Amino acid sequence: MDVVAHTLLKDILQFSTQGFDMATVSPALDTHGHTDDHSHAHHEQSFIAKYVFSLDHKIIGIQFLMTTLIMLMVGGALALAVRWQLAFPWENMPVVGQLFGLFRSEGGQISPEFYTMLFTMHASVMIFLVIIPILAGAFGNFLIPLQIGTDDMAFPALNMLSYWFMWPAIVCFGCSFFVAGGTAGPGNGWTSYPLLSDLPQAAPGSGAPQTFWLLGLTLVGISSMMGSVNYLTTIINMRAPGMTLFRMPLTIWSMFITAILQAFALPVLTAAGFMLLFDRLNSILPTDIHSVFFIPANIIVNNAAPTVGGGQPLLWQHLFWFYSHPAVYIMLLPAMGMVSDMLACMSRKPVFGYKPMVYSMAAIAGLGFIVWGHHMFTSGMNPALGMTFMTSTMMIALPSAIKVFNWIGTIWGGDLKFNAVMLNCSGFVAMFIVGGLSGIFMAAVPVDIYFHDTYFIVAHFHYILFGTTLFGVFAAIQFWFPKMFGREMNDTVQKWHFALSFIGFNCTFFPMHLLGIAGMPRRYADPYLHGYLEHLLPMNRFITVSAIVMGFAQFLLLGNFFYSIFRGKKVGRNPWNANGLEWTAPSPPGHGNFDIAPVVYRGPYEYSSPEAEAIGQDYILQTVPHVKGVPKLAKH
Amino acid sequence: MKKFWALFFFFWPTVAIIVCAIAPSRGWWFPGAPMSRTGIQIDGLFYLILIIVTITFVGTQYVLGYALWRGATKDPREKAFFSHGSHKLEIIWTIVPSFILVFISLSQLDVLAEIRVISKFPEKSTKVAEVKARQFEWRIRYPKPGTELTTEENPGDLYFVNELHVPTGKPVIVNLRTQDVQHAFFSPQLRVKQDAVPGLVIPIWFDVLEVGTYDLVCAELCGWGHYKMKARIVAQSQSSVDKYLTQLTADQNADGTKSEAAKSGE
Repeated sequence: MDVVAHTLLKDILQFSTQGFDMATVSPALDTHGHTDDHSHAHHEQSFIAKYVFSLDHKIIGIQFLMTTLIMLMVGGALALAVRWQLAFPWENMPVVGQLFGLFRSEGGQISPEFYTMLFTMHASVMIFLVIIPILAGAFGNFLIPLQIGTDDMAFPALNMLSYWFMWPAIVCFGCSFFVAGGTAGPGNGWTSYPLLSDLPQAAPGSGAPQTFWLLGLTLVGISSMMGSVNYLTTIINMRAPGMTLFRMPLTIWSMFITAILQAFALPVLTAAGFMLLFDRLNSILPTDIHSVFFIPANIIVNNAAPTVGGGQPLLWQHLFWFYSHPAVYIMLLPAMGMVSDMLACMSRKPVFGYKPMVYSMAAIAGLGFIVWGHHMFTSGMNPALGMTFMTSTMMIALPSAIKVFNWIGTIWGGDLKFNAVMLNCSGFVAMFIVGGLSGIFMAAVPVDIYFHDTYFIVAHFHYILFGTTLFGVFAAIQFWFPKMFGREMNDTVQKWHFALSFIGFNCTFFPMHLLGIAGMPRRYADPYLHGYLEHLLPMNRFITVSAIVMGFAQFLLLGNFFYSIFRGKKVGRNPWNANGLEWTAPSPPGHGNFDIAPVVYRGPYEYSSPEAEAIGQDYILQTVPHVKGVPKLAKH
Repeated sequence: MKKFWALFFFFWPTVAIIVCAIAPSRGWWFPGAPMSRTGIQIDGLFYLILIIVTITFVGTQYVLGYALWRGATKDPREKAFFSHGSHKLEIIWTIVPSFILVFISLSQLDVLAEIRVISKFPEKSTKVAEVKARQFEWRIRYPKPGTELTTEENPGDLYFVNELHVPTGKPVIVNLRTQDVQHAFFSPQLRVKQDAVPGLVIPIWFDVLEVGTYDLVCAELCGWGHYKMKARIVAQSQSSVDKYLTQLTADQNADGTKSEAAKSGE
């Protein structure tokens, strides 16, 4: 670790002396010349230094990608177990039931406390170990230096640490399954509302498992924070000559805005996590810390002695959602940026309304900070706040709508390439429309009073997080795969994967809107105990079958991914005929990325422009100097 | 194959619309008509939003499908239409949705105030009971007949578990609280939902329109038994509620010896 600390220190010193030269757009190679410690291009590196504790942003990005793909399968398996219980309540699970029987409930049956753990960990894994790190960690790391034309991140060692802090988090989340002697994991939902999560006597999983869960949460927070500091610094300081802010691809804009969101929202969650840890501390360790941030007086849980305190459980909800609502946009904006890039390339057209796209992302991020109360419309907070939060929440639908119209405008009249990248991007737009529109029901407080904590909510956020973000990620994996590995993925397999995922997804989540309208609450181990929900069992079975189809379809993606790394067709620098700087680098780029230092002459979306036509192509790289004889474009 | 994929994006929203259209007849819709006055208003607002959302859904999905169809059927020699966007269009699709969204949020305010703002609660409402949630049941406390409900427990208060009797046809107030963790009072037929927060007493009001038995379930994760907090709200005429409370008083005071009345009846 000495080497790491040394490199980190060097990074910081270098930036404090010469890095923050804001007057000019600092040329990449100057701020990060080849005299640096971490420019190892010229000497041999051991396998460990090259592929494990790597300082290279591309390797770190790929490490994030592989890790999150594995976690995606873990989170998916947890979801299928949840679905099993809802379709065949209290019946033994085939095959895996025996496995669960080894360390849990009787003979492979899912017990109610095991069920609460399943959905808690499904959400925690998917949100903290898949969606956030796959967008910011994997694609942010891989794409930022390549798309802005620099050789690496501003702080390579910090970057490496941000990946390696994922692993303690994964270990903590993993431990939380087992630390309570295998009887229960953390079962308080990913939202972990106190007092359930605060008093160890409140639930079987509220003791040690909840502590490990909180530690895991803090560690992923540290990982994200190191990433966002790095992205902000890199994007502000290390753009190639000519790469002005409004020549940046929308991917970079989205990563930039996401990093701002992370940097400002995350400390609140971390603070709240520590407050909860302090509340819990005296019941776990013999300490003198007796904080009662969230514990009111005279609460009798599970026949234990009444609590002493004067805290307020609603405080947690405010702090938690102050982070977690912006986090929804952290889980969405990078996918929006990447899809804008891919749609332009596959439509051979500039992005429709580039600046409105940037402004609407900024508006989403800004408004994202003042809408957290819409998660709390039934929580008992002041109704005047409910009105304010309703209006701000309605307003956040506006930039989202603008983005949808601009994406459709981008496709309109294009020379469309119907490959799996395009299909996944179109699926992204279609699913985002559904997720956005169902959000309007929940923004309206009176209607939300009915829908709050029903399956309508479950349908809504899966349309955003799975339907939108993950379809964007499926497209992005295929689109940038050639740049990562120098080979391309099989498009036919990807199309099958898209079709099965898309149909499976809609058959799984669209009916959940109807379950919500029928009043089925979330997080019920056995909804059929209630007479008014009994008739929904066949629909839940249908949903479970669809979910299994969708789950197995992901093996097509994984198989294609790993097969193509070794056996895919080799491709050149620019297989998609795209404009961005990353396509001027070799595939895969070596250490230092660019063999020719890029200089930028135009925006990233000049597909089918007069200049492109003048050189006989339907694209023109950002590095091609101005073509003589073609009038310069009017500013937009 | 191009046309197939374009049609694919026409096909699925069509299926979604059909599923929604047949859903009410298949029982995949609200659990019965709303049984409270605020419930009727909530349903009205739901249908208002549903109409706006359906029009937007159909419009945007089919325009997306048509954009793909145009791309699939165009002459391959034809170049892409080069455009960086349109200022006019951006302004139109900023202003029109913003008016619609402001309209939706303004339309909600009255109902929201009526349901939640305590100073706007109906004047003639009576406090009938306190509902105290605990893992995993609902404890109901009625005030001693003839007295007012207070936050503190009083001698002579009547207790019952998992069954709340309320009079129909008039607004009633229930004081909601919890003994342990957070719960939520959810009655799907009455369209009532409110979290019970540790340390707070939250009054909620509703008026049940028809005599009947309605579900009361928990809608906020409260532990492993969250799903089994099953209770019912029995709505009946005021005289039946009074009779029930008299009976409850008798049951609560019964000491095992036969009462004078019962003895003389033999």
